[in-house]
Amino acid sequence: MSDTTVTANTNQGAAEPSRFLVPGEYHVPQGTLLGFWIYLMSDCLIFASLFATYGVLGRNYAGGPSGADIFELPLVALNTTFLLISSITYGFAVLQMQQNKLRGTMLWLVITGLFGAAFIGVELYEFIGLINEGAGPQRSGFLTAFFSLVGTHGLHVTFGLVWMVTLLLQLKKHGLIHENKRRVFCLSMFWHFLDVVWIGVFTFVYLMGVLPA
Amino acid sequence: MPPGGKYDIPIHHALWAPVAKMSDHFDLTKLIFGRLTWEAIPYHEPILVATFIAVALGGIALLGALTYFRVWGYLWKEWFTSIDHKKIGVMYMVLGIVMLLRGFSDAIMMRIQQAIAFGDNAGYLPPHHYDQIFTAHGVIMIFFVAMPFVVGLMNFVVPLQIGARDVAFPFLNNFSYWMTVAGAVLTMISLFVGEFAKTGWLAYPPLSGIMQSPDVGVDYYIWALQIAGVGTLLSGVNFTVTIIKMRAPGMSLMKMPVFTWTALCTNILIVAAFPILTAVLAMLTLDRYLGTHFFTNDLGGNAMMYINLIWIWGHPEVYILILPLFGVFSEIVATYSGKRLFGYTSMVYATVVITVLSYLVWLHHFFTMGSGASVNSFFGITTMIISIPTGAKIFNWLFTMYRGRIKFEVPMLWTVGFMITFVIGGMTGVLLAVPPADFVLHNSLFLIAHFHNVIIGGVVFGVFAAITYWYPKVFGYKLDPFWGKCSFWFWCIGFYFAFMPLYVLGLMGVTRRINHFDDPSLQIWFIVAAFGAFLIALGIASFLIQLVVSYRKRDQNRDLTGDPWGNGRTLEWSTSSPPPQYNYAFTPRIHDTDSWWQMKQEGFKRPESGFVAIHMPKNTMAGMLLAGLCTAFGFAMIWHMWLIAGVSFATMLISAIVHTFNYDRDYYIPAEEVERVESERTRVLANNV
Repeated sequence: MSDTTVTANTNQGAAEPSRFLVPGEYHVPQGTLLGFWIYLMSDCLIFASLFATYGVLGRNYAGGPSGADIFELPLVALNTTFLLISSITYGFAVLQMQQNKLRGTMLWLVITGLFGAAFIGVELYEFIGLINEGAGPQRSGFLTAFFSLVGTHGLHVTFGLVWMVTLLLQLKKHGLIHENKRRVFCLSMFWHFLDVVWIGVFTFVYLMGVLPA
Repeated sequence: MPPGGKYDIPIHHALWAPVAKMSDHFDLTKLIFGRLTWEAIPYHEPILVATFIAVALGGIALLGALTYFRVWGYLWKEWFTSIDHKKIGVMYMVLGIVMLLRGFSDAIMMRIQQAIAFGDNAGYLPPHHYDQIFTAHGVIMIFFVAMPFVVGLMNFVVPLQIGARDVAFPFLNNFSYWMTVAGAVLTMISLFVGEFAKTGWLAYPPLSGIMQSPDVGVDYYIWALQIAGVGTLLSGVNFTVTIIKMRAPGMSLMKMPVFTWTALCTNILIVAAFPILTAVLAMLTLDRYLGTHFFTNDLGGNAMMYINLIWIWGHPEVYILILPLFGVFSEIVATYSGKRLFGYTSMVYATVVITVLSYLVWLHHFFTMGSGASVNSFFGITTMIISIPTGAKIFNWLFTMYRGRIKFEVPMLWTVGFMITFVIGGMTGVLLAVPPADFVLHNSLFLIAHFHNVIIGGVVFGVFAAITYWYPKVFGYKLDPFWGKCSFWFWCIGFYFAFMPLYVLGLMGVTRRINHFDDPSLQIWFIVAAFGAFLIALGIASFLIQLVVSYRKRDQNRDLTGDPWGNGRTLEWSTSSPPPQYNYAFTPRIHDTDSWWQMKQEGFKRPESGFVAIHMPKNTMAGMLLAGLCTAFGFAMIWHMWLIAGVSFATMLISAIVHTFNYDRDYYIPAEEVERVESERTRVLANNV
């Protein structure tokens, strides 16, 4: 708060002016984290639409393969592990940041990014394999819904990786200043959010997909 | 599709393959221009050529005038790159007015066509042109007229009403505006380069799929709405945070002005509804560009899913449009009745109930889908229930007027016109909510009459009321009441002439989107409707004349006090007209819903010294740049110009990242500058009050 105050009211009225105004400077509460949270909720609705679509189209095989035919659970388990670990490592980055340790923060962010990249790598391997088998998104309603749901999640993770690289550059340039801490927090929310969505994908798409119909 | 996969489709499906076809042989012209050729320019359509010449001449005249008067620098510095919520609000309103002229031209063309195209007379609009016009009319009126008006009003009024200096994310606000403009620009380009969708304003598949609509029309539709939708979504996030976080100290939720309450609910609706539009448009895009099967007839697609999803967005959208205007009418009724709003608490709860219920009624748009009696009954009943909180609002406004000292200024005329017209529209809505009745009236002109009845009677009347009400706050002088009254009476009477015949025709079984009729007994109703549209044209003309006349008479109609109606109740009337850049020299402290009214009652005196420097955000051109690149990207995607699409997308991404490296985003207005502005106001007040 500023030290300046309203000195006096030259023509004194019935009410004290300070009853109706804040003397000096007024600091508005920061809204970025709330705003980012609201954005995440709207993003959650995009995923909700895709999940609902998968719910409607998920058994429309059109003579093509079903989930049980094409899902390789060991591969997906590996993938899931990568992503879950990356959430933990992001947590470590935030812990380091709260102790104002720049190097530690950046190191854990790099590790998180590597796990994220490994996740994307495995996902691309899975996608390319499916497309080569003729089980691409154009094959059936089921595969359309599958590719768009999983692919949208993958796009989000990719975007998160681009953001992470950007943030690392900004941390290197400016250090742990207030703005950068806020950005680390926002990306943290984003990253954990994608983890939660992935748990939904893993359960509803992969695990339930290999169950006998 | 790569050959030899074990799950390959047995029969040949080639239609999804614009991408595959392109990769067959490398062709530089195709890579750059995609499917854009000279054929896409409609020089064989005399109506479009004449329109183009008129637009081109008008455009050249406008650009010439702007250059001649040397206002480019001013526009760039003070408006285009501005992050001031007040200026962005005005720019939204200007966009809304410009697009209203376009959307209304479409309307009057349809009215003329339907009035003459009987029997041997085919009219002057061939079906492929007529179909584009009704699609463009709906899209433009909802997305690029009503939405900009609503968002523009919230932009200007909300921060002032809550005692804030700007919105929570000022840059984002500028960016949202330019994204909306980008969508509007793409829609306008479709008039002269290629064509617009011929599908109706919600582009139902399979008609909007690649098989039935292989041309660029639906792609224009998709990209225009997708880009504008992103802007709207961001603006929803922005205003939700602004209202939750930035209210002046003392303004608890139940002390917020009603307009701010309705704005809060609207923005929550935007955040909760627009992602679904984004998702469903993306799915349609994938169907059209990559040959997926979300909504196709074959290989496991489901077209009804599109209709469900788009209405899960679409119905809340209706309330996104009307709720802020309910807020406007609440402010106006209280101000011109000289009374506190009747039933503030019930008004707030009614708004919240409508917000929640608006998610539980979407299926009433397609009772005829055949969901069965139970599902239809559920949605029929929720639809009827939503009229209860709306009815409560009507009674609140009536009781506010009861025993008030009503001043029938122009905003009050619009309000009374709204109350009568909207109630009629609401009642026909409840009729349509009865599923068996809807089976008869579905897609008939009765439906068209109903939703124009509520949108014109509610949104449009409300927007004109709001413009008249807040105009002196924006520009510092009142609008001329004579031309305002002309506008009101032409609009109001014109509306009844234009749409009451449609109720009759709908009951007789005439369906919407028809280009030609055989039964001559229907013609008289269409002629009456066309006459109504002509009256509305006079209403719009009166409004434009009003702007010019008021500007010329601005010195006689100056508002020097900041409270031009004398009865202002909410905070925005406590500052000068137009407000200084920082809105309030000191952040206000709130004790009552009608805070300015209370300040006046208790003899509040403005402080005239002790000013401090004020922290403000800096202007930036980033919003315009990113939205411009987005327009280029959208255009390239529409025409399959893959090279340009790739380059513009990459540039957009890089520019956005570069923008995040700019940490120097704010500055202080020095205390001496605040002191100078405020003592000028003190002088004006002393000389004139």
